[in-house]
Amino acid sequence: MMNPKTQNKVAIGTLYGVAGLVVLILLALLGYILVSGLPQLSWHFLTAPAKAFLKGGGVGIQLYNSFYLLILAMLISFPIALGAAIYLYEYAKDNWVTTTIRTAIEILSSLPSVVVGLFGFLFFVVKLNLGFSILSGAFALTFFNLPLLTRSIEDSLRTIDTTQREGGLALGLSRWETVTRVILPAAVPSILTGVILSAGRVFGEAAALIYTAGQSAPALDFTDWNPFNISSPLNPMRPAETLAVHIWKINSEGIMPDAKAISSGSSAVLVLAILLFNFAARYLGKRLYKRLTSA
Amino acid sequence: MKSTEQLEQQLKRHSKAAKLEVWGKVVSFSALLLIVAVVVAIIGFVASKGLATFFSNHVSLWDFLSGKSWNPGITDAHGKPEVGALPMIVGSFLITILSALVATPFAIGTAVFMNEISPNKGAKILQPVTELLVGIPSVVYGFIGLSVIVPVTRTLFGGSGFGILSGTCVLFVMILPTVTSMSVDALRAVPRYYREASLALGATQWQTIYKVVLRAATPGMMTAVVFGMARAFGEALAVQMVIGNAALMPGSLVDPASTLTSVLTTGIGNTVMGSLQNNALWSLALVLLLMSLIFNLIIRLIGRKGRLQ
Repeated sequence: MMNPKTQNKVAIGTLYGVAGLVVLILLALLGYILVSGLPQLSWHFLTAPAKAFLKGGGVGIQLYNSFYLLILAMLISFPIALGAAIYLYEYAKDNWVTTTIRTAIEILSSLPSVVVGLFGFLFFVVKLNLGFSILSGAFALTFFNLPLLTRSIEDSLRTIDTTQREGGLALGLSRWETVTRVILPAAVPSILTGVILSAGRVFGEAAALIYTAGQSAPALDFTDWNPFNISSPLNPMRPAETLAVHIWKINSEGIMPDAKAISSGSSAVLVLAILLFNFAARYLGKRLYKRLTSA
Repeated sequence: MKSTEQLEQQLKRHSKAAKLEVWGKVVSFSALLLIVAVVVAIIGFVASKGLATFFSNHVSLWDFLSGKSWNPGITDAHGKPEVGALPMIVGSFLITILSALVATPFAIGTAVFMNEISPNKGAKILQPVTELLVGIPSVVYGFIGLSVIVPVTRTLFGGSGFGILSGTCVLFVMILPTVTSMSVDALRAVPRYYREASLALGATQWQTIYKVVLRAATPGMMTAVVFGMARAFGEALAVQMVIGNAALMPGSLVDPASTLTSVLTTGIGNTVMGSLQNNALWSLALVLLLMSLIFNLIIRLIGRKGRLQ
């Protein structure tokens, strides 16, 4: 039997080792993505359309699709999540109805994204006849995004002191006015942080999209901004492969000669975008907080 | 001079603010109802599609759960379709349990290091790195698995390199950041005075960690691990890219295999809606859905138990 002091040393040494190993794995992972991906990046790679059988294609359309889908999904999910969070935190009484609703939201957040995607396929693509389209994809992403965004907005509301609510109500404002005029402005910085972080998640999602937004990226005409034309970038009814889906697609079909280089580049773009979202969330959150509270 | 009736009407009428209040309440509540409706619709649709295999195509539930050959297009010697989902169910459970077994010690060790031993380094290096890795898209993990882990497995163990082992490695790295950051939260919830009391009694740091802090944080840690398992079980693309996609009972860890999610992602686009092949895939989706509900339930039970203690 070791004496407790040696035991302590051995155990803590082991923990140092474990933590070091984990840092090593994680850094190697990040390093691999960036080292193998960054050399692929060029203006041509980021803007040129993909080529199916030849070398030298880019990911321009996929990159554009990813952003377009992200914006649409956020536009649909933000108001719903905001409303739901306001009701849950400001109005809901602590009874079985609220508990059931909370359970439902938790279930939605724990559903595998492929199941959400399959439901989107069944309901939007087939039943509502929207086909493989940006719109179907945006709805699928909305379902995927709603529970987490709702929870993060609710957490933001929770950080606002109750005295603010009491102050509003004492001035004779209705509950709704208190929320919209007093609570929400104070909560904007942390809500924004939550929105940007969830945007990062949506940006990289692929499993929910392969059967809703589709796996093909028809050529786009970036001079045609009439949303009713099929080649217009704004048309929400066209199939739209995103960057994340593109990585999956070219790796599982394997007809593109430079699939590996393209995937490395695309992975680096995805990771850089997520990094950017993370930094933006922190930076903007702080900036806005300073400006709005003049602290 | 107003008549009393007019005055009465004026007093009884709702003010603008009151109307706005009702409006706001109704709008925010409908947003909430919409989310609930989505959940009900997802469960309802997937269940109705998934159960069709058993009710319209008359496949017996037992054959589905215990059959070992998956080939919904072909009928066997008895004229029954071959829809044995056991290989996929076993595949899914194997990679989930294996990856959780490997990830748990690393995640808990790292979390203890971050919170108890070196909070400074933890906050400076480990926290931002894990936060970033939680956000990395699963296809990126799949791609790295495909270009690094699969070739390494191939050189070390022979075969194609695709299989349960590669899937486990990919999922291990994928759930590690999630489990770690949730374990850190669990450790953080342990009150400071527990540690102080233990150290004041003369316990070493390790004794304090092992006998006090970890015991108190057990329910939270278990939640973290189950959460990681749920994520591993439901992960589709990263696993599909490295598992080899052969709907066979896995003979060893380096043979090509498949999981519920991998069969779904590759199959659903190649079958006709309403056919048996398609319905059988929806039954797999239903199994996936039920498992995610069960994981949810386990997390709840752990939470309740943790509160009672």
